[in-house]
Amino acid sequence: MTDLLLEMKDIRIEGRSDRQWKPIIKGVNLTLNRGEILGLIGESGAGKSTLGLAAMGYTKGGCRISGGSIHFDGQDLVGASNEALRQLRGARIAYVAQSAAAAFNPAYRLIDQYCEAPVKHGVMSRADAQSDAVELYRKIRLPNPEDIGFRYPHQVSGGQLQRAMTAMAMACRPDLIIFDEPTTALDVTTQIEVLAAIRDIVREYNTAAIYITHDLAVVAQMADKIKVLLRGEEVEEAPARDMLANPQQDYTKSLWAVRDFRRAPPAARHVDEGPLLEIRDMTAGYGAVDILKGINLTITRGSTVAVVGESGSGKSTMARVVMGLLPPSSGSLHYNGAALPKSGKQRPRDLQRHIQMIHQMADTALNPKHRIKDIIGRPLEFFLGLKGRAKDVRIRELLTLIELDPDEFINRMPSELSGGQKQRVCIARALAAEPDFIICDEVTSALDQLVAEGILRLLDRLQREMDLTYMFITHDIATVRSIADEVVVMQNGVIVEQGAKETIFSPPHAPYTELLLSSVPEMDPDWLAGLLKERGAMVTSEEQL
Amino acid sequence: MNPILSIILKRLLIGFVTLWIVTIIIFAAIELLPGDIATEMLGQAATEESLAAFREKFDLNRPVHERYFSWLGGAITGDFGISLANQRPISELIGYRVGNTFFLAGYAAAIAVPIAVVSGMLAALYNGSVFDRVLSSSTLAAISFPEFFIAYILILIFSVGLGWFPSLANVDVEMGLGERLYRTFLPAMTLTLIVLAYMMRMTRAAILNLLALPYIEMAHLKGIKRWRVIAVHALPNALAPIINVIALNLAYLIVGVVLVEVVFVYPGLGQILVDAVSNRDVTVVQAACLIFAATYILLNLLADILSIIANPRLLHPR
Repeated sequence: MTDLLLEMKDIRIEGRSDRQWKPIIKGVNLTLNRGEILGLIGESGAGKSTLGLAAMGYTKGGCRISGGSIHFDGQDLVGASNEALRQLRGARIAYVAQSAAAAFNPAYRLIDQYCEAPVKHGVMSRADAQSDAVELYRKIRLPNPEDIGFRYPHQVSGGQLQRAMTAMAMACRPDLIIFDEPTTALDVTTQIEVLAAIRDIVREYNTAAIYITHDLAVVAQMADKIKVLLRGEEVEEAPARDMLANPQQDYTKSLWAVRDFRRAPPAARHVDEGPLLEIRDMTAGYGAVDILKGINLTITRGSTVAVVGESGSGKSTMARVVMGLLPPSSGSLHYNGAALPKSGKQRPRDLQRHIQMIHQMADTALNPKHRIKDIIGRPLEFFLGLKGRAKDVRIRELLTLIELDPDEFINRMPSELSGGQKQRVCIARALAAEPDFIICDEVTSALDQLVAEGILRLLDRLQREMDLTYMFITHDIATVRSIADEVVVMQNGVIVEQGAKETIFSPPHAPYTELLLSSVPEMDPDWLAGLLKERGAMVTSEEQL
Repeated sequence: MNPILSIILKRLLIGFVTLWIVTIIIFAAIELLPGDIATEMLGQAATEESLAAFREKFDLNRPVHERYFSWLGGAITGDFGISLANQRPISELIGYRVGNTFFLAGYAAAIAVPIAVVSGMLAALYNGSVFDRVLSSSTLAAISFPEFFIAYILILIFSVGLGWFPSLANVDVEMGLGERLYRTFLPAMTLTLIVLAYMMRMTRAAILNLLALPYIEMAHLKGIKRWRVIAVHALPNALAPIINVIALNLAYLIVGVVLVEVVFVYPGLGQILVDAVSNRDVTVVQAACLIFAATYILLNLLADILSIIANPRLLHPR
């Protein structure tokens, strides 16, 4: 079974912005045989999703296919009528979206959404589709396959939803499935189960797939061959093992190298000075529900403490408590030796100034109607009373500090910045208050690896130059490895392990730390298979939770 | 307790508190009107004795709070007191007229709501097309004219010109439903044209808002027909804003019919309200205000509750 399924030749796609058509995909060739899995990688904006959707003859609103040809099983998709394309979609080519939570219609039960395509395409009756759904739910290792379909999307966890969506894509037994970053939004421990489930079911039905991701280690587990995209152009394509072992192009090598960033040992840690921040036996939550239970944590001046854990483990809640946004129900906080008032409102302005926070989503953390100079100028005015020229000079200094050209950026609006630039502005805003202590809440999670690395290097440099202390919240183990001095591992609102990075990362580990660490995908293509074999029964850990 | 039940109970409670506050405002506003009601009603030439007798008859000598509570108590049981102008019980005066007004509003709603929702969906489906633009601009034109103008235009065309419908909507109690619907067709059409645009545009906008969402794209990528994507995938998720604008417009239908009723000489609340205002018949105005306010509050309450129920997260908790 190596006959040709999909062939895209010199495909060109344009998007409309500012009243003109701009190229997004600039002449890419792609071929896929039956049962073959192609990994498509690149940064955001490289055109991965656009190319993937084009394989369905689909373009997002405001885009068009302007050249080239797409043949699916001998049928031309570029010239095909909407009706012909509609009959293919869902039936012979299916799509699995990045965020299953957003891609399931909130108004219907999972099984209704599963049955829709097979029934409407006339593949099977509703009753058959329903029993088929249960069968696939079982194959994809969803818990309670008989009942889970009768739940609404919001009643099911993210990892389960992603598997349910894969099952839904399989409903008509398509020849080709487009997976568009299906595990990007998931925790590492959940990601593994979804990866394994996807891989097994695709193999079982000999379905061809285009697997889009920006995570090299993930693509290493999934793909037979890998294609690297950069700004709408192909960088290179090769069989997965060759590509991983021996990338040819500089860009590919740079992608491979990102994971190797290691920060030099800290310049100045003030261990003898006593802790900068101390949290004693703190419990906090919303309403009657305790999110954090009995947290004890000390942070030394000049160090970087990484707080790791899955989503829902209470990491961000801890940040809110330290910021004074969520007063804890019991326990105490001490800053620089003095008790820290629980509510931010009770803290003197100078104390507020000392503790700053950088948020995960730079997009939503910047007021879209304010210019960069107003965004950075506000804390200067509020905390330091700077006005007029003095303020202007300081804004320029700060922009230079975060490696953005003041002349170019000072009058821009947030919408005119890239994701990484926005995060830099957020950093500048935090620095404007001249803090000692900065909480970084998943600041690199929404960024591409190369951009994220730039942010990490910047934070590292700033720490050295300004003697800053970081509490670095993240779920990404690679980030922890690169920047942390100390590591705090959290699970379900409790600290399960804490200590120096070297201690935490070398065995023996606490069981949860072990699970977390071993779940981080590695570049070795045999890693997933090996790990699953090793874990055996542990694969179902999510179901037991 | 089921969270949805407690939310609905809370809304109901808030609704009734609002209504109660409104009764106070209505009563107080009328109290605050300048001038003495007795003098106003009987004229400057009235003798001291007749003024005193008037005050005695309408309880004007009792303290404000006593009068408020007896008025409120009566209103709850459907007794709004006695008309100052013609000394007849208000409930008798307005009873069947209230019914007529609700009938006309219901008639208009029964035509307008389905047309608005369906045409809103069609406009979303053919977004940007000629059909969409014609629909948008023609409905906008319809709301740009005052209702009496539309009423006269309709009379001119369908009554004077074509002679299909009567220009006077003079219904009475003995009239059968068919005859009633026929006679009130033109006022109902007038109201339909006025409320259609808001509801249609909101339906269109609420659906268009959703069309960029991943689950709508997903439905397209599953090869679902476009009309089904709009009707089955988008509409249920757009219900909350649509329900709210429908409720607001229904409330407007009941309150806003005044002019239309006058134009068509329809024996509804509008006619009597106009008379009462010109006669300074305070008790009738009070009663009408209360009925209008209660309608507004209850319809919005209903819309609130329906939009809560339309949210699957609340209807099917974890």
